[in-house]
Amino acid sequence: MSNEKQVDSGRRGLLVATCAAGGVVGVSTAGVLVSTLQPSERAKAAGAPVEVDISDVKPGEMKVVEWRGKPVWILRRTPEMLATLPKNKPELADPDSDKPYQLPTPKYAKNEFRAYPEHKEVLVAVGICTHLGCSPSARFAEGAQPNLPDDWRGGFLCPCHGSTFDLSARVFKNKPAPMNLDIPPYMYLSDNKIVIGKDENGEA
Amino acid sequence: MGASFKETKLPADAPRSQKALAWVDDRFPLSKLWNDQWGKYYAPKNFNIWYLFGSLAMLVLVLQIVTGIFLTMYYKPDANLAFYSVETNIMRDVHWGWLVRYLHSTGASAFFIVVYLHMTRGLLYGSYRKPRELIWLFGFAIFLCLMAEAFFGYLLPWGQMSYWGAQVIVNLFSAIPVIGPDLSLWIRGDYVVSDATLNRFFAFHVIAIPLVLLGLVAAHLIALHEVGSSNPDGIEVKENLGPDGHGVDAIPSHPYYTTKDLFGVSCFLLIFSAVVFFAPEMGGFFLEHNNFLPADSMKTPGEIAPTWYFTPFYSVLRATTSDFIWVVMAGIAAYVIFIWLRSRLSYKAKIGATVIGIIVEIGMLTLEAKVWGVVLFGSSVVILALLPWLDKSPVKSIRYRPSWHKYVYVVFFLAFLTLGYLGTNPPTPTSTLIAQLCTLLYFSFFLLMPWWSTMGRFKAVPNRLTFTPH
Repeated sequence: MSNEKQVDSGRRGLLVATCAAGGVVGVSTAGVLVSTLQPSERAKAAGAPVEVDISDVKPGEMKVVEWRGKPVWILRRTPEMLATLPKNKPELADPDSDKPYQLPTPKYAKNEFRAYPEHKEVLVAVGICTHLGCSPSARFAEGAQPNLPDDWRGGFLCPCHGSTFDLSARVFKNKPAPMNLDIPPYMYLSDNKIVIGKDENGEA
Repeated sequence: MGASFKETKLPADAPRSQKALAWVDDRFPLSKLWNDQWGKYYAPKNFNIWYLFGSLAMLVLVLQIVTGIFLTMYYKPDANLAFYSVETNIMRDVHWGWLVRYLHSTGASAFFIVVYLHMTRGLLYGSYRKPRELIWLFGFAIFLCLMAEAFFGYLLPWGQMSYWGAQVIVNLFSAIPVIGPDLSLWIRGDYVVSDATLNRFFAFHVIAIPLVLLGLVAAHLIALHEVGSSNPDGIEVKENLGPDGHGVDAIPSHPYYTTKDLFGVSCFLLIFSAVVFFAPEMGGFFLEHNNFLPADSMKTPGEIAPTWYFTPFYSVLRATTSDFIWVVMAGIAAYVIFIWLRSRLSYKAKIGATVIGIIVEIGMLTLEAKVWGVVLFGSSVVILALLPWLDKSPVKSIRYRPSWHKYVYVVFFLAFLTLGYLGTNPPTPTSTLIAQLCTLLYFSFFLLMPWWSTMGRFKAVPNRLTFTPH
């Protein structure tokens, strides 16, 4: 190789510095583009807490409200419904709600009712299946029926992949969904008024 | 340093077209490109019907791009307008809009049919074997792009199935430990699939992926025309050259394969138009019924199924239940032992395989089945890329493999088709069991290929192509 030239270390140094500077600009531009994909301020603002009047939810009935674009169920359970909860325990994957999905289970909901102990009949849960995000449907009637076990005690069935949940939105064992449905942070403003997305500990 | 520029001198009475071509050729290698890539590209003379699908895929690509351009002129990527811009405006108000839309939607399914057949050809005749590994890898990348195109494009009509299908697939990413939930939030740009998601999917569908796709198609063809086409006999025609410097068993693509491909195009268009005009929904397979309802984030349709071309892989995802993980774990353990006993890999490679095996087993014990469902789902696609290195058969083509190899392929194709069929239906305990069996067969086909592809008595490969003049 007769053409081989002596490396001019001064020029080589400048070349490296230029490339490094150019690289920094390139990487930060890429960073800007990547972060444009995050939820915008408007989308975040639309995720603000919502107030719900629950006086129209009669025992055994359910109301669905929207919070952050997701369906949130408000179910006022009858005493018979509450009585099924302890019976389900051996068949549940996570009866004590130790494994969180997208939101940690609030402390006041870490009981078998998954609700404030003083309002244990009212279940507030995010109606999004922990498997792949479908919305399970209410199947409150007891007994044998299509797609459900014969000794069904009432609960929810996900139409997508057949996961089943009890009346506290806890998942049954060996189903595609690995975790219980999320309980959003919420608090009572009065006996018949709740706010979803916010509790004594702040906003979600 | 190249030679200095020299204008080609043609006689004064040469035709104008010839002069014009010479003028261009002096400035841009037009004739050279045409001759290298097609005109004087010598291909084996014994191509059969399986060899039509490459050019058909090209045809469908052009069809999708052209119809897509016209659809974007009326489509509105806005959560409030998208559904109506498709179902009311394009389908009813725009002149011939319904035809353009059905050409595009049927084209999507046709693309997958053609590409699956094209890949089957590669599998049967060992087209991916040395020296065509890169052609296969480019092709695999094209397949990934197609899947991305189909997935992004399916959200655009903003029907119930579009919406919930996207919701399910984006949530697949949330299964990834630690970063998962934030990652899917970042992909959606909102807490649920929303206007932001629709807009970015539109951008990916109409510009980002198509650009990559076109680049890959070019790479696929350049690589093919560099090493030359394989053939149903799996013989290298370049190893037997005639006095003209071309393979004695090779013929120029133009006009020979131009005419054959045009005949293929006619047959294809006959079937394609029949579908477009008489059965554009194809009984819910090409356009799902639920997609004629506008997207509703508060109501999941009774049954969510992806379009047919994704169902084989989707079945693998659904088959991975927490019980099935034990079977997978046993399978991995057996495979690692098998590698130790029956492979000629280096000691280091065996140690590496064992370490990977142990890590995966620990992962399966600690992480949920859902995560591994996603991993198996991804692996079932990616494993296709490894074919050139898994196949150790001494011959390329199925024609000269031991006869029982054909049954192995039959079992594989049946398993793949069964997975595809099961994926279009809601799961039942029996169908889940069948899907799990087919998942095992599917992976065994690939993972055991280094062994079974060498076993049995191979037939003698002829020196010249098998060819009957007609």
